[in-house]
Amino acid sequence: MPLAAEIAAARAAGRLSRLARAGGGTTVPGKLLWKLDPGAVDRLARRLPLGSALVSATNGKTTTAAMVAEIVGPRVRLAHNRSGANLVSGVASSLLEARGAELGLFEVDEAALSEVAARLQPRALCLGNLFRDQLDRYGELEHVADRWRAAVRDLDRSAALVVNGDDPQVGDLARERPDAVVFGVDDPRRAQPSLQHAADSKYCVRCGTPYEYAAPYVGHLGDYRCPACGHARPPLTVVAREIELRGLDSVSFRLVLPEGAHDVLLHVPGLYNVYNALAAASLARALGATAQEIVEGLDRFGAAFGRFERIAVGDRRLLMLLIKNPAGANEAVRTIADGAAPAIAVIALNDGIADGRDVSWIWDVDFEPLIPTLRRLVATGDRAAELALRFKYGGFDPDAIEVVPSLGRALDRGLELTQAGGELVVLPTYTAMLALRKIVAERGFVRPYWERAA
Amino acid sequence: MKLRIGHLYPDYLNIYADRGNIAVLSRRAAWRGHDLEVNTLTVGDAVRPGEHDLLYVGGGQDREQALVARDLAAKGDGVHDAVEAGVALLAVCGGYQLLGRSYRDLHGVELPGIGVFPLETVAGQRRMIGDVLLECELEPGVRRTVAGFENHAGRTRLDPGALPLGRVVAGFGNDGESGYEGCRVGRAVGTYLHGPLLPRNPWFADWLLAQAIAHVTGEEPTELPALADDLEADAHAVSARRAETRGGRFS
Repeated sequence: MPLAAEIAAARAAGRLSRLARAGGGTTVPGKLLWKLDPGAVDRLARRLPLGSALVSATNGKTTTAAMVAEIVGPRVRLAHNRSGANLVSGVASSLLEARGAELGLFEVDEAALSEVAARLQPRALCLGNLFRDQLDRYGELEHVADRWRAAVRDLDRSAALVVNGDDPQVGDLARERPDAVVFGVDDPRRAQPSLQHAADSKYCVRCGTPYEYAAPYVGHLGDYRCPACGHARPPLTVVAREIELRGLDSVSFRLVLPEGAHDVLLHVPGLYNVYNALAAASLARALGATAQEIVEGLDRFGAAFGRFERIAVGDRRLLMLLIKNPAGANEAVRTIADGAAPAIAVIALNDGIADGRDVSWIWDVDFEPLIPTLRRLVATGDRAAELALRFKYGGFDPDAIEVVPSLGRALDRGLELTQAGGELVVLPTYTAMLALRKIVAERGFVRPYWERAA
Repeated sequence: MKLRIGHLYPDYLNIYADRGNIAVLSRRAAWRGHDLEVNTLTVGDAVRPGEHDLLYVGGGQDREQALVARDLAAKGDGVHDAVEAGVALLAVCGGYQLLGRSYRDLHGVELPGIGVFPLETVAGQRRMIGDVLLECELEPGVRRTVAGFENHAGRTRLDPGALPLGRVVAGFGNDGESGYEGCRVGRAVGTYLHGPLLPRNPWFADWLLAQAIAHVTGEEPTELPALADDLEADAHAVSARRAETRGGRFS
């Protein structure tokens, strides 16, 4: 079949999927095209006059890509997998749907990175962080790091490489690429007192000795040095300094570029979003954005789909933060414990393939900062009882836990416990987040994501 | 009563939320009026006779396991003596492998273990991943189930006559073939099951605590007073159902 016919067939499949209400149809066309002709993805990508940029990370890839879209979007027409469909099929679907696009901007699943990079031959690659995540699906961290090393090795010499220098594994990927852009945080006031329990890359990537941290910021991200062999955080090209955290509302910092420094205000909270903004600024800069475009784009940025959302539901509001692995969930917990100190929370634990079928990760999350102010927990999702146990053995009164596996009923119960005008904190895993959004959309409070994404 | 846990390598072997197991042991001991003290035994620390009533070893990624293997060899005699003296022990996943005689990886490189359990492990090409349900009979005539999650490339073969932890009802178990999972030597148990294991299998947590108490008193272990375990029973039921309907897969 010629490419044009394949494209037409795949696009029609996407429309059919939406008509059949089978979902957003976000990956159906891509999956079909992929089946018809895997090489079609490569050829579609080559049609983009400005090429493609890829973003990968365990945490923050959707947000980072959305920030880049906000920065470069006004000037360039994008093919962007905004809804988070980040396997080869999702990238293919975005390529199919974005007619007339000039630049491809894709977030890519960590494990799919080497294949997507080999097919798309990106002009820029941004690597954010590697945390333990869904070991039943991704396997050990080392294996993902191996694939990333391969992707960097095969990257065209003319392509831009952007890495997070604060992550020992990721920073080390730039070892053979002296031209790489290295970003990181430099503000010891924002350091954690010690490494978090779930910190992963604690041992020197070169010799295995425990790193010494001058400043650990988020999980194992920070300013590290190996006392034995001297492997240390590489010199930073793009830096965040003078970080001011403003509860749940915003965070500001001084963005230091080689060309000069600028004040940045982000309307999303938390230190982890500073890392996302640094990644986005570095990648946008590599794509030719000016400092002014970067500062203005970051200022306009809202929040990526489902990552941090406030949704009005009648006279109450939902504050929804996705949790999906220990490092990400720790940041979500830290952010709401500092900013909202909720008395009521709905926490949803599903164990679908996209959530991780192994739910043991919840025991690596530091939920404890929520416990002092929490009066009632509604545990929901397919593994609601397991989540309830996590809180019970974390020292929370088991009589204050309600186990309501049905997401819809749990949402109702949470809203019922919330006073009028108040805000209900909801922490769902990925498939629970999709299901909760659907429930809220069916009640007419928020548009389905495929409409927003279009 | 004061109970003392020696937690081996919590800084290296903690990949499957091993601290959940420790939390369950601590709380369930406290709810019975016992005081459980957790001591870290990491690289360079010695396992001294009479200092512990229960030892715990968790699982790690290959890299971390290799980093501790040499140090564990130095602790080998201490762990052997403790187990012979009636100290309770739980070893999970990587810790279970390291407490066997040896682990051979895919490249044929052999990592020596300390041989507390009469078994050897050889890495296979594909990992065995999924929910598991076991039937155990730790006391004659008392059959109970254990539900957990496994994720291992190692195929573990017990010596003839060695006692497993249980019979596999659903899932892979030690090697995906024998129909058995884990290994038991007296009060020492090794298993691939995490989840973590103890929150959803409270009877097994209590069995371990009873063994630790018996080490303190020098008497035979006795059953602990019952607790309200409704949430635990719910979590166990969901996990058991997952094992029976979804089973494991190769990856």
